[in-house]
Amino acid sequence: MTMLTVVVVAVALAIVIGALAGLVISRSRRQRALLEPPPRAPMPAPPEVVEEVEAPPEVVEEVEAPPEAVEEVEAPPVKPTFRERLSKARGLLSGYVSSVLSRSSIDEATWEELEEALIRADVGIGTTQDLLEAVRREVETEGLSEPSQVLDCLKSHLKQELADPIELHYADAESPSVWLFVGVNGVGKTTTIGKLGRRAQLDGKSVVMAAGDTFRAAAAEQLQMWAKRVGAELVRGNEGGDPSAVIFDAVARADARGFDLVLADTAGRLHTKTNLMEELRKVRRVADKGAGEVAEVLLVIDATTGQNGLVQAQQFADAVEVTGVVLTKLDGSAKGGIVLAIRKELGIPVKLVGLGEGPDDLVDFDAGQFVDALFE
Amino acid sequence: MFEALSDRFDGIFKRLRGRGRLSDKDVDEVLREIRLALLEADVNFKVVKSLIERIRQRCLSEDLSKSLTPSQQVIKIVNEELTQTLGGETMRVSYAPKPPTVVLMAGLQGSGKTTNAAKLARWFKQQGRNPLMVGADLQRPAAVEQLRTLGSQIDVPVYSRPADPVTVARDGVEQARDLGRDVVVVDTAGRLAIDEEMMEQVRQISGAVDPDYTFLVVDAMTGQDAVTVAESFHETLDLDGVILTKLDGDARGGAALSVKEVVGKPIAFASVGEKIEDFEQFHPDRLAGRILGMGDMLTLIEKAEEAYEQEEAEKAAERLLEGTFTLEDFLDQMQAIKKMGPLNNVIGMLPGVPKEIKDVEIDDREIARLEAIIRSMTPEERIDPDVIDGSRRSRIARGSGAQPGDVSQFVKQFKEMRKMMQGMGGPLRRKKKKGKKNRKGSRVTPKGSASKTPQRKLTLPGLDELEAGLDRLEGQGLPDLRRPV
Ligand SMILES: Nc1nc2c(ncn2[C@@H]2O[C@H](COP(=O)(O)OP(=O)(O)O)[C@@H](O)[C@H]2O)c(=O)[nH]1
Ligand SMILES: Nc1nc2c(ncn2[C@@H]2O[C@H](COP(=O)(O)OP(=O)(O)O)[C@@H](O)[C@H]2O)c(=O)[nH]1
Ligand SMILES: [Mg+2]
Ligand SMILES: [Mg+2]
Repeated sequence: MTMLTVVVVAVALAIVIGALAGLVISRSRRQRALLEPPPRAPMPAPPEVVEEVEAPPEVVEEVEAPPEAVEEVEAPPVKPTFRERLSKARGLLSGYVSSVLSRSSIDEATWEELEEALIRADVGIGTTQDLLEAVRREVETEGLSEPSQVLDCLKSHLKQELADPIELHYADAESPSVWLFVGVNGVGKTTTIGKLGRRAQLDGKSVVMAAGDTFRAAAAEQLQMWAKRVGAELVRGNEGGDPSAVIFDAVARADARGFDLVLADTAGRLHTKTNLMEELRKVRRVADKGAGEVAEVLLVIDATTGQNGLVQAQQFADAVEVTGVVLTKLDGSAKGGIVLAIRKELGIPVKLVGLGEGPDDLVDFDAGQFVDALFE
Repeated sequence: MFEALSDRFDGIFKRLRGRGRLSDKDVDEVLREIRLALLEADVNFKVVKSLIERIRQRCLSEDLSKSLTPSQQVIKIVNEELTQTLGGETMRVSYAPKPPTVVLMAGLQGSGKTTNAAKLARWFKQQGRNPLMVGADLQRPAAVEQLRTLGSQIDVPVYSRPADPVTVARDGVEQARDLGRDVVVVDTAGRLAIDEEMMEQVRQISGAVDPDYTFLVVDAMTGQDAVTVAESFHETLDLDGVILTKLDGDARGGAALSVKEVVGKPIAFASVGEKIEDFEQFHPDRLAGRILGMGDMLTLIEKAEEAYEQEEAEKAAERLLEGTFTLEDFLDQMQAIKKMGPLNNVIGMLPGVPKEIKDVEIDDREIARLEAIIRSMTPEERIDPDVIDGSRRSRIARGSGAQPGDVSQFVKQFKEMRKMMQGMGGPLRRKKKKGKKNRKGSRVTPKGSASKTPQRKLTLPGLDELEAGLDRLEGQGLPDLRRPV
């Protein structure tokens, strides 16, 4: 029997048997389908009812000495500059720039390289294309022909886009100001509060920190250590308790003692969880209800965040009227370009930048330096 | 905020209906959209480039299937590439012959190391192990307290003390040995990939505890930087796997693709919530659908394809038994069978196939050769091979790179096979849902009919035998014949 015969017959058999088997399979699948639970939706969000969250066992205060040497109040060291801290991470994008500049004229490759540079910085493809479109038009109308001019033109566009007042507001009256910190999990809310406590201390402002993260394990302990470190007052509640109540108490305490500022921490929450976002709305309402006034709602965004940052900003802004962004972890290799999209799409300015884990690693946002750093 | 990839495609594909193959230009246009979608999903741009190249090759070389619209077909190709990239070898945790098995957690600040150390410890407990956790993050305020709280929730002891992290980690493993704990999960401080000092520290921790598994913990919301992070940690620690966290949000999770491309090790676990039990095995196919933003679309495509293939297979089988089977049908069905794997394997899985056929080592290149021959025929010739005369034969031979003798031999074999199969009819008609036109020729004993073809040297099974074989198989979990095994 030849190979040819075998192949032809085998294919034919496979067809007939396959068709038969198909009938059997679909039959048995149907039967199985009745027995099996329906397949899980890709990523179901578990219904999250905060009130019902099991309270983790109460932590005994003295369980363990904090590993860190906690000096009562650390000596204020020299503040880092944006540029110094950033320079550690630079050199990543310089490839694009030197390549753009090395060309004798502006061509398609120039635009592609600029696009890549912006995408690499997490600016996002939509915002990148809009920006480059505007720059292209300007290059045309101005009759620019040098690659270095394109780069300058792009940079000045970006700087313009980000040039906002970065001032942090205080309540008008005698009442204490409340700054509320919100954001997804692990972005640096608590750490930023610690750093701002240090800044307030240097500015001679008195601070109460409110441990509004009653959910994450040892979140209050973390803030407590910060409070101690920078000489701030702390108000905390029970783990699993109502965050609004904690913040309300902190405002009352600040009012009673004539403190200037309440830095209110909240638990990290993904913007997709409706009941947690609802909880946050309540926190904001309650924080405004007492003697204090919510003067800033700061959304903390981690510089490593990709395009999801824009959705985050939108949802948090919808829920609690975000007044500014704190961009953390810019001391790493990530560029934090998503804040450009956030500014462009939602009009929310960046106000502060986190450049490390220490109490002094917080600087005011500087559009010029941020943009230069994108291309350095 | 994101436009579904399928919506973007629809416009492009309206023009393409009815065409058998995409032109270079069509493909370019489609690939541009795919590139945008992948970038919006945070896949690193370098990774996007290499993916797009692979997808381009497949779009240009594959015939458009009749079961799917061109848009569905391209989506399917993209999905397959993504799933393949994300998947591959799955992680099988084995235990150190000399306990304890040591697991090291590493990653950026806030990625979820501590939470997932506890999740992992709980998982080991469920596997019947006795884990111990070591708090070697002595940097972040209250990190050890956090781990202790989690430990008490899952009833797993935690070792730590205020000392340097390398010492703590080493002592922790020592402690586990003393306590007879067989798994140690070491939590470490978050660190930036570019922080040389801290990277050196974690290298030393790794050196001190000599981990059996080192996991990189990556936040699903990470953007383009995921590549830098993965490269740096992999270089320092020689990673064994990845834990992808915060998948309970709506981030597309393209960073996972970047990390997988760089590290090449399995994404072992998915963290899908803040609670300790929100932890599961990673599913590459789910994430692929999510990156494309079209999980439902993919299910639909799969269903459409299955239904279509099944229907086509039944129709073809019917025509085969009727004797109206054409070379065109033969070509279609060969394609379908090829997808299931090497012909030998397929045949091996089928019940009732004669030993003479099962035993022959089939060279799959033979199928390609036959395919080439059919492809060189005109539609007319495929339907009625009798029109093939000498000049047509040499044209076909030239077109397919075969000898004219091969062509005539194949056509002859094909016609014989058709005649042979015609005798087997019956059950399929019986099983059909919608009763179709009656055909002449009621059921013929296959063995009897076989003797009508003089050249045939083998005995084909009857449909009754085949069916019985299938029914037997059904009880034991029938292999799915229409999917690659
Ligand atoms: N390198 C670096 N790490 C930071 C920065 N801000 C916060 N972190 C770290 O990120 C992690 C999570 O911070 P945390 O304040 O607990 O985040 P939260 O969950 O939003 O409160 C901790 O390890 C912090 O030390 C920053 O600007 N730079
Ligand atoms: N929503 C969600 N949050 C998570 C997940 N994994 C960890 N987290 C949260 O992310 C934050 C940082 O986690 P942590 O374990 O402290 O990160 P580490 O700094 O890497 O140790 C905490 O608020 C965790 O509760 C997850 O899968 N989903
Ligand atoms: Mg916190
Ligand atoms: Mg940790």
